[in-house]
Amino acid sequence: MKRWFESKSINTPSPVGAILSYLILGLWAFLILFPLYWLVVTSLKISSQVAEGPFYIPFVDFQPSLDAWHYILVGDLSKDTLRTFTNTLIVAPVSALLALALGATAAYALVRFEYHPRVGSILTFIGCLILSVVTIYMGVPWQIALVVSAAVFIILLQTIGRRFKRALGNNDIAFWMISQRMLPPVAVVIPIYILFQRLHLLDTHAALIITYVTSNLPIVIWLMRDYISTIPIELEECAAIDGASRYRIFWSIVLPLAIPGLVATFLFVLVFTWNEYLLALFLSSANSQTLPLTIAAQNATRGPQWWNMSVLILLMIVPVIVIAIVLERYITRGLLIGAVKG
Amino acid sequence: MNTESVERQPSRLDALTVTVERLAESVFITPTVLALLFLSIFPLIASLYVSLARFKIAKGGFTLTFVGLDNYKKLFLGTDRTHFLGAFAPSTPLSWVIFGGVVVALSIFLARYLLNARISIGGLIGRILLTLGLGGLTWMLTHSIWNGGRLGTLSTTLVYVFLGIFFQYILGLSLAMLTVQNLPGRRFFRVVFLLPMMITPVGVAYMFRMLTDTSKGPFTPVWQALGLIDFSWVNNPWGARTAILIADIWQWTPFMFIVLVAALESQPVEPIEAATVDGANPWQIFRHITWPAILPVSMTLILIRLIEAFKIVDLPNVMTNGGPGTSTQSLTLHAFINWRALDLGGSAAVAYILLFLVTFFGMIFVNLIRQRTVETL
Repeated sequence: MKRWFESKSINTPSPVGAILSYLILGLWAFLILFPLYWLVVTSLKISSQVAEGPFYIPFVDFQPSLDAWHYILVGDLSKDTLRTFTNTLIVAPVSALLALALGATAAYALVRFEYHPRVGSILTFIGCLILSVVTIYMGVPWQIALVVSAAVFIILLQTIGRRFKRALGNNDIAFWMISQRMLPPVAVVIPIYILFQRLHLLDTHAALIITYVTSNLPIVIWLMRDYISTIPIELEECAAIDGASRYRIFWSIVLPLAIPGLVATFLFVLVFTWNEYLLALFLSSANSQTLPLTIAAQNATRGPQWWNMSVLILLMIVPVIVIAIVLERYITRGLLIGAVKG
Repeated sequence: MNTESVERQPSRLDALTVTVERLAESVFITPTVLALLFLSIFPLIASLYVSLARFKIAKGGFTLTFVGLDNYKKLFLGTDRTHFLGAFAPSTPLSWVIFGGVVVALSIFLARYLLNARISIGGLIGRILLTLGLGGLTWMLTHSIWNGGRLGTLSTTLVYVFLGIFFQYILGLSLAMLTVQNLPGRRFFRVVFLLPMMITPVGVAYMFRMLTDTSKGPFTPVWQALGLIDFSWVNNPWGARTAILIADIWQWTPFMFIVLVAALESQPVEPIEAATVDGANPWQIFRHITWPAILPVSMTLILIRLIEAFKIVDLPNVMTNGGPGTSTQSLTLHAFINWRALDLGGSAAVAYILLFLVTFFGMIFVNLIRQRTVETL
């Protein structure tokens, strides 16, 4: 009787423990899969079947139809679907890659170099920025205002800015970067909209990519910083003694060693950009519309078109399941190993 | 002639390499800093200005008139007060007890710092702000949550954030502990458990609207069996909030789960083996070996979720449209609704308050809780 409660090795649960674990895991798996099953079922219904009440199993309590799938994939909406799908396929990977490239270099820099931005220089910079905003507001042409405040900034930096001894460290820079994610998108979206309008980039892929890259940079930096700090510094020192430059060290030693972390971070950011809704709502209309917008657009004047919505959500999930499988494999190899060590 | 150029060229190249090498520090970080400045400082200043102005559509565009702190005054004292802070009920003994307890705790916290020999001005200001902020928030919550009071968007957001993160962390940790065991088929569970996080939030919101429908949703027979068929969760503030919380927990538990799995897998086995040999029970192993090992990751994880959770908007917007009344609106949704009503100034003001709130809690978390828990290890 006792062996039912004893485990053979440390990581293997006892038979009773295994059964209990399977029960709980199975319950949670059901809670996750049932809503997805409901999407599949709904995507096979026509409007009257949804309106009449819950039907659960196709062929048993209702006659499934492929109307919604037909409508989205080959029917009236197929052109839209194709366009938004390609848009998402372009925007999400490109911005994730760019964010990864920029973020990984910055994370490496924050781990291996020491920065001491002086408080004085930062204050002068903010002061000059306010100066240029005020002068532009007062009617001075923006070109002149920018040149003048840049000049004032350099003069002040060379004279007064250097007097201040107090400086910030790498951790302060990292906190400043993560704090860029604290501002809700609703607050920044209007200025960004105006900015891209002035640059004539509204409703282009470029606008979305630029915004996504900057909004995801902080996450990349935080995840990669933890990861890079676990790479032993001795390897880099050896390479430096052999005469390799910083760039060479970064390219041929740090990056290859950081591949598991890079893949995991890339996939995280890819998922965030793939699913982003609010910024896309403002920055794209006809040309660069992405998939989440098409889903929301199914809530039309005739009420929500549940069946079309389900098809679109399922279409969006398919690539993401592949990502989940790959991500899981890489994560067991240790995303956030660094964070474990603090 | 020929030899000279051969000799000279390397030296020039050397000088160049040295310069390039010296620039490495700047080269690595400047692009990122510029990108962040370009799309963060500018919007930050611009929306600060918008929050101090009144927006009007005019001929051929719009006008912004500077109105000072009017937008903020409206939220704290004026017409938007019940929407933002909630409707305050008269005090009950219970609210006094809770509020009194918090005030006493905060005073002890402040007094202990003042009696400490090392006091810095920054630290003192930070702690006074913390005391005032937490005290105010407690007063607001204790006076609007019972007794006929109504929660404002500020309190609702706090409810979503703290209850949501609490359940997500507990569930994520338990599931992670279960799946790191040596069980056949655990990879399948891990992949399945990851899925919710990867679905677009708008999609999740519409999906939950289908699921929570009491007459056409899949759980209708369950409601019928429980005699709740006439009960519409949409019309009950706490029912609607619970529905949104469940959707939020469903979607974001995977994030906690996957990072905690990584943390649990990377901890060394030897201490656990040694403890088992010495006869420690599972609880002791968890408390003294596993828990300290995953604490730093947990802190980073909770900080990231804290920042993201304050921005909750898709779920209440799609599932309940903020209703019944305004009872499920989060701060971001409040800002969004103001924006839709073309009250851009009011919208920016709400967003700015949200920024202060997130910074407030983020700073408390980083400076007090995270430092202390990680240091005491």
